[in-house]
Amino acid sequence: MQTHLADWIKDTPEGIAAEAILRKCVHCGFCNATCPTYQLRGDELDGPRGRIYLIKQMLEGEPVSARTGLHLDRCLTCRACETTCPSGVQYGKLVDIGRAVAARKLERPWFDRLQRRVLAGVLPRPWLFAPLVTLGRWFRWLLPASLAAKVPADAPAAGARPPIRHARRMLVLAGCVQPALSPDINAAAARVLDRIGISLVEAEGAGCCGALRFHLDYQADGLQDMRRLIDAWWPLVEQGGIEAIVMTASGCGVTVKEYGHHLAGDPAYRDKAARISAMTRDLSEVLQAERVLLERALETTHETTHETASARLDSRATDKPDARSIAFHPPCTLQHGQQLRGVAEGILSAAGFKLVPVPDAHLCCGSAGTYSLLQPALSSQLQADKVAALQSGDASMILTANIGCQSHLAAAARLPVRHWVVALDERMAEMESFK
Amino acid sequence: MGDPGVNIERQAQVRARLAALLPAESILFEREDTRPYECDGLSAYRQQPMLVVLPANEDEVRAVLVACHDMRVPVVPRGAGTGLSGGALPMGDGVLLSLARMKKILSLDPAARMARVQPGVRNLAISEAAAPYGLYYAPDPSSQIACTIGGNVAENSGGVHCLKYGLTVHNVARVRGLTIAGEVVEFGSEALDAAGYDLLALMIGSEGMLAVVTEVSVRLVPKPETARCIMASFDDVERAGDAVAGIIAAGIIPAGLEMMDQAATRAVEAFAHAGYDLEAKALLLCEADGNPEEVAGEIARMSEVLQRQGATAIRVSRSEAERLLFWAGRKAAFPAVGRISPDYYCMDGTIPRKRLGEMLRFIAAMEAKYGLRCPNVFHAGDGNLHPLILFDANVPDELHRTEQFAAEVLEKCIALGGTITGEHGVGIEKINQMCVQFSASELALMRGVKAAFDPDGLLNPAKNIPTLHRCAEHGGMHVRAGRLAHPELPRF
Ligand SMILES: Cc1cc2nc3c(=O)[nH]c(=O)nc-3n(C[C@H](O)[C@H](O)[C@H](O)COP(=O)(O)OP(=O)(O)OC[C@H]3O[C@@H](n4cnc5c(N)ncnc54)[C@H](O)[C@@H]3O)c2cc1C
Ligand code: SF4
Ligand code: SF4
Repeated sequence: MQTHLADWIKDTPEGIAAEAILRKCVHCGFCNATCPTYQLRGDELDGPRGRIYLIKQMLEGEPVSARTGLHLDRCLTCRACETTCPSGVQYGKLVDIGRAVAARKLERPWFDRLQRRVLAGVLPRPWLFAPLVTLGRWFRWLLPASLAAKVPADAPAAGARPPIRHARRMLVLAGCVQPALSPDINAAAARVLDRIGISLVEAEGAGCCGALRFHLDYQADGLQDMRRLIDAWWPLVEQGGIEAIVMTASGCGVTVKEYGHHLAGDPAYRDKAARISAMTRDLSEVLQAERVLLERALETTHETTHETASARLDSRATDKPDARSIAFHPPCTLQHGQQLRGVAEGILSAAGFKLVPVPDAHLCCGSAGTYSLLQPALSSQLQADKVAALQSGDASMILTANIGCQSHLAAAARLPVRHWVVALDERMAEMESFK
Repeated sequence: MGDPGVNIERQAQVRARLAALLPAESILFEREDTRPYECDGLSAYRQQPMLVVLPANEDEVRAVLVACHDMRVPVVPRGAGTGLSGGALPMGDGVLLSLARMKKILSLDPAARMARVQPGVRNLAISEAAAPYGLYYAPDPSSQIACTIGGNVAENSGGVHCLKYGLTVHNVARVRGLTIAGEVVEFGSEALDAAGYDLLALMIGSEGMLAVVTEVSVRLVPKPETARCIMASFDDVERAGDAVAGIIAAGIIPAGLEMMDQAATRAVEAFAHAGYDLEAKALLLCEADGNPEEVAGEIARMSEVLQRQGATAIRVSRSEAERLLFWAGRKAAFPAVGRISPDYYCMDGTIPRKRLGEMLRFIAAMEAKYGLRCPNVFHAGDGNLHPLILFDANVPDELHRTEQFAAEVLEKCIALGGTITGEHGVGIEKINQMCVQFSASELALMRGVKAAFDPDGLLNPAKNIPTLHRCAEHGGMHVRAGRLAHPELPRF
């Protein structure tokens, strides 16, 4: 597309990056077809092609108002548009720039500002967030219904963590909200990896990956969170002996994988960030790379297979859904952000789960970081659609790969919603008990 | 293109009238909001609309049309805005009427193999809805993921499988629409034949000039039991062109017969990872579908012809996934070109198949003449070519050179006995070439049809059929002579 960026931005690093991305867009409109907000609103301005145009206008120096802000806010940053775009337009990077410029040009109304400030202050701080969740559980009856639904029921028990006993080690990120909401995830990941000879270690002082504040108009604070996390990890990385950094929340994973990009302009952190990004893997990638070891660990006696088969027959007879039949929700940060499709699903099938087909699996569930709090109307529509799609088959459980999606879906689903590694861990434990 | 701006007073008048008819959020008027609607898939042509309206149902469409008719405001319908000829280019004194919110599938009758849908339903969404019944909607434009059935009807769109299954016109049974005055018109019927003139065929391809489509009944066809696709490499583009003619001459009607030249395959491979032969000067994709025996037989016969015609390599898809992968690259070809060039101009001309080689040589000469690259993809089976002229709109002179390049190619199509559009329509893009292809009296007849539906010339008035005045400006000679430019040639 033709572009004429304004003088104030043209020659800045932001301007140069934005222009390169804009020039790639050929305005074909394919991306609108898979954009969740375009599907709901049917307005060019709420689809990627229109947002790209709005950003272009702003960078070309056209007057901007809160209208442009509104359409950028409504974007989930799910990046389904990037998966669809044949032209290779990096929408995620463009919208980061667009939002930063909009934040400088536009003043948000006070309530919006306050909401964002509170979220940016609380969520990335586990020492603040965890007690608040507990308080929320106690005083659920006092909260407005919309917020009460967001306070999860009691956190599932984590179970014992295996001792750090293997020579092969990987770092894992605890994350900011995950320990309070679902401590079982990292514990299960540690157990699964322990079974195949890998010990997971956590770094002292590792906090939020930076995604939360970065996407709340606090890009500078987000970058600060990133630097802090790098500092916490660096000694362990330097020491050697850490093979990889494992992400159990795909939302954090996509961010850490892009540290190299986010901190490219910071000479002090540039190289470290690139190294960290290169070491970062989603849990599914790690297990996929160890597929041989994993399948060995999954190997089971004939009796178990037989037992499962007869259980399946029984369940058909009693019309109860098969306990092994699951609906998988691939988070956007996994399937679009990290372009990892079918990997976790493949591991689950290998472990004997039956994946029921889920319509419109490419669409976002509406969680999208803090989106569910900031754009409640669109978010709950997407949530309802997603839950209906996930429950349309005969699954007995919903599995996903990101804590945000998990809590968001759990608030509306009839079926239990869990992280896939928790189910995998249970399955492996169950098999061991048969051996 | 210039942007004559919008008359604010007039805008306020019309907006006030429409505000009584539609919810506020369905009317866009601020420049910030209307500019993203200033172009469709042909982004070199832009015009900010006076207003954009987003009706949610037929009643709202009617209300808007009646008001606009009454106030003498031109209306340009728009579907998904994927059109490549500027058909949905707005007017600065007009209303852009988006049908994108009307996207319900109203009924789907597997026994009658018919679906009744609203105009904003995406082409692919129909096939997805029909899939559980083993049915699909056959015309498959490469833009099928995004384009709407209303747009397909307006452009009589085709796709890579239209050689065997026909264009939109062959797969639509009935169209319901509203004239600019808000009157309901129905064309065709869900029965096999309708009484009276076949106005359905007139409506299909009318580029939003006769009526606004508000409902379409499409025919669904059973999914072939199986399908396989051959990917054949050639070390010479003309030889590939001859092979296409060879297949047709052998009496085979493949389910798809497509060609890409080397520049095009190299661009799309980066997106599709389809395993295209990047060394080949041209690739042919030839598909057979039907029951397994039929398919095996046809694949064998086509392979034989291709071999005889000098194919340097032949691969046959081994699975459905691989077959889809072969097509994925072809279907993403236009936007994938965005990876190698900031802008492209997709042309759409048709020539007799046997002249393909000659045409390609001509295009190569034009590349040198204008200093612009031009990869080519073709619906080779029906002689429909899509040369993609690559340019950079930020370089002052390039769009202009591109337009001249394109005009020469289109006029060459006519000289070779072809026509200036295969499936993308005339729109604003090729309106001047209409003067070359048709005589003054033919154009007058076309305008007569338009006037019968829309006497005041308010519905998408600036597209498709040029005024005599416009033709006189483009190349008076053709019009003054009152005859076709190449009367000696047979047309199709
Ligand atoms: C990458 C790419 C690939 C393409 N490949 C193909 C292809 O293989 N084959 C092909 O035929 N086309 C192709 N096209 C062109 C385009 O997708 C088709 O012309 C399509 O039918 C346009 O549909 P739309 O919904 O986007 O309509 P729009 O672009 O919005 O409008 C197109 C025309 O239809 C009119 N219109 C739209 N809706 C209505 C309605 N409800 N009532 C009355 N008039 C209406 C508009 O006024 C305009 O004149 C391609 C386009 C792109 C960008
Ligand atoms: S799919 Fe890509 S090239 Fe096409 S409009 Fe969207 S971003 Fe632009
Ligand atoms: S990131 Fe998601 S919501 Fe945002 S424009 Fe792209 S597809 Fe739409």
